[in-house]
Amino acid sequence: MDLSSINPVLLVASIMISATPILLAAIGEMVVEKSGVLNLGVEGMMITGAVVGFAAAVGTSSPEVGFVAAAVAGAALSLVFALLTQVFLSNQVATGLGLTLAGLGLSSLLGKPYEGMKSPTLPKLDIPVLSDLPVVGRMLFSHDMMVYLSMVLVLAVWAFLKFTRAGLILKAVGESHESAHALGYKVVRIRVAAIVFGGACAGLGGAYISLVRVPQWTEGMTAGAGWIALAIVVFASWRAGRVMIGAYLFGGVTVLQLNLQAAGAKVPVALLSASPYLVTIIVLVIISARGAHAAPASLGRSFHATR
Amino acid sequence: MIRLEKRPQPSKAWIWSAPIVAVLLTMIVGGLMFMALGSDPFEAIRTIFWDPMFHPQFAAYSRPQLLVKAGPLILIAIGLSIGFRAGIWNIGAEGQYIIGAVCGAAAGLAFYPSDSIWIFPLMVLCGILGGWVWAMIPALLKVKFGTNEILVSLMLVYVAQNVLNSVASGLLRNPEGMGFPGSRNFKQWDAAHNSELLMNTGMHWGVVAAFIAVLGAYVLMSQHILGFQIRLSGEAPRAARFAGVNPSRIIVFCLGLAGALAGAAGLFEATGPAGQITTTFNAGYGFTAIIVAFLGRLHPVGILLAGLLMALTYIGGELAQLMLGLPGASIQLFQGMLLFFLLAVDVFTNYRLALTGKETV
Repeated sequence: MDLSSINPVLLVASIMISATPILLAAIGEMVVEKSGVLNLGVEGMMITGAVVGFAAAVGTSSPEVGFVAAAVAGAALSLVFALLTQVFLSNQVATGLGLTLAGLGLSSLLGKPYEGMKSPTLPKLDIPVLSDLPVVGRMLFSHDMMVYLSMVLVLAVWAFLKFTRAGLILKAVGESHESAHALGYKVVRIRVAAIVFGGACAGLGGAYISLVRVPQWTEGMTAGAGWIALAIVVFASWRAGRVMIGAYLFGGVTVLQLNLQAAGAKVPVALLSASPYLVTIIVLVIISARGAHAAPASLGRSFHATR
Repeated sequence: MIRLEKRPQPSKAWIWSAPIVAVLLTMIVGGLMFMALGSDPFEAIRTIFWDPMFHPQFAAYSRPQLLVKAGPLILIAIGLSIGFRAGIWNIGAEGQYIIGAVCGAAAGLAFYPSDSIWIFPLMVLCGILGGWVWAMIPALLKVKFGTNEILVSLMLVYVAQNVLNSVASGLLRNPEGMGFPGSRNFKQWDAAHNSELLMNTGMHWGVVAAFIAVLGAYVLMSQHILGFQIRLSGEAPRAARFAGVNPSRIIVFCLGLAGALAGAAGLFEATGPAGQITTTFNAGYGFTAIIVAFLGRLHPVGILLAGLLMALTYIGGELAQLMLGLPGASIQLFQGMLLFFLLAVDVFTNYRLALTGKETV
């Protein structure tokens, strides 16, 4: 094994790239869960975002349009979930699973003509001074705008939940929908808004995979990223800052195992490829063993106003 | 204004008619989708739901396929449904199915080329064990640490897929296969072949096992105290605890049973219709079985019917791909739609529409 072939600058840079899609999806899902809704359809919305974003970017040769289209597609799919769970009061677990299955089908249907194509990709930002710094410049300050946007989003969600009145109402709805309803807040409307936000974020995350990380479309390319995003929300105990740590930790494991494979480590390839999933399981076990759950109290429960 | 009003009792009529309404709605919306894809909607629906059984030319081939495809779906869905009844969300059946097939196949291949009649039973046993062990991982983690079984069981699907990729091109690779990935072909090894029991019916041991599972689940859920405890844990967890039901026991039992059945289904598939362990022998049955379980109302008889219907859409989808050039993925979307409509229609089981404006001002 030749570890010297692993370049630390490139390593950190690629960790940021591989963490960004999961970070986007996870921060969106965290807001959804904070409102008391468990949407297990993240994977389905991500892959739909990936294919729609890819198609739009190829069609207009503008990756920015691709990202917008992906967010719209993710939000549209999440509206189906919102309609079923909030209006028709369906079981959230079953509906979320259905959304993932339908999203996978829809994406491979839409993606067929785009297989093997290359998409236009986002330009790397050139930030004056910062990008020119030795080592750190290339490591941290020479990425595309989505990397930074995802961080701004985390910051915004944190501030929204901590400092704004709307954030407080959202959390109240998630903790006790009956009390929030009794206080006169529109539980269903607030939850639908949160679900749509989560869908748009998942769509963006998916598009980041198909437009930047891989720059092409292959069937099932999200490979469980949506499920990992769900796991990261649990890992983060529903806190924005920890979502970011979780996503970067996971991105780190993914990139590291790829680098180890390339360096010819004497570990079976299957074990390395499975390591991100195994690490997720181990982390989940550690978190649950500590007993620090902090899940919103109404998470996963349907709300029906009796009057 | 129209609003929903909770029924005092779930409507019996809606419990059984909801799936039928959902199928009809799926046909209508699916027809529109096929129209958008540029095919005649009526022809597409007929190709999917009617032709596999009655087409003069293809039916002879596709009719046996019905049982071949329904067998694993029913077997897996029965196991899942019992867990779902208890509020235990095992969605990693696909992984348990893969590991069952790998373990069973490995046990059999260890004795190649023996022609003992004990080979196949041994493989089935190891398949069941493999699936059971894989399902015990989320079960024990949930019991010991309270870890979420949804996420763990799903993560293990990806791990299982990696194990499969590794053994198909490594440990279990056919030494006479000229370096191609994939195990020995079980169809050419009588002692291990899960052959058709009755000519041209598609009936193999996996289908027999599925029918036995339907019967067993029916007896368990409606006659046995354990079945009652399972239902109680799902519908009223607190009441179950007061009644002395041990939640850990229910979790281990439900996940273990689902894993065992999924593992058996995997082994029957690998030694029968698929014929060998390859990286793609698992056709996503573990995920489709989730739809089957819900469509069948988590009831054994319902699952039997839902499994047959879902198998029909698989075969019909292949036929539509062949004859009308419809993309294969559209059938997956079609199946997802079916689940959506069922979930939506299901609201009328517990709620009814009521006109408001009378009492509230």
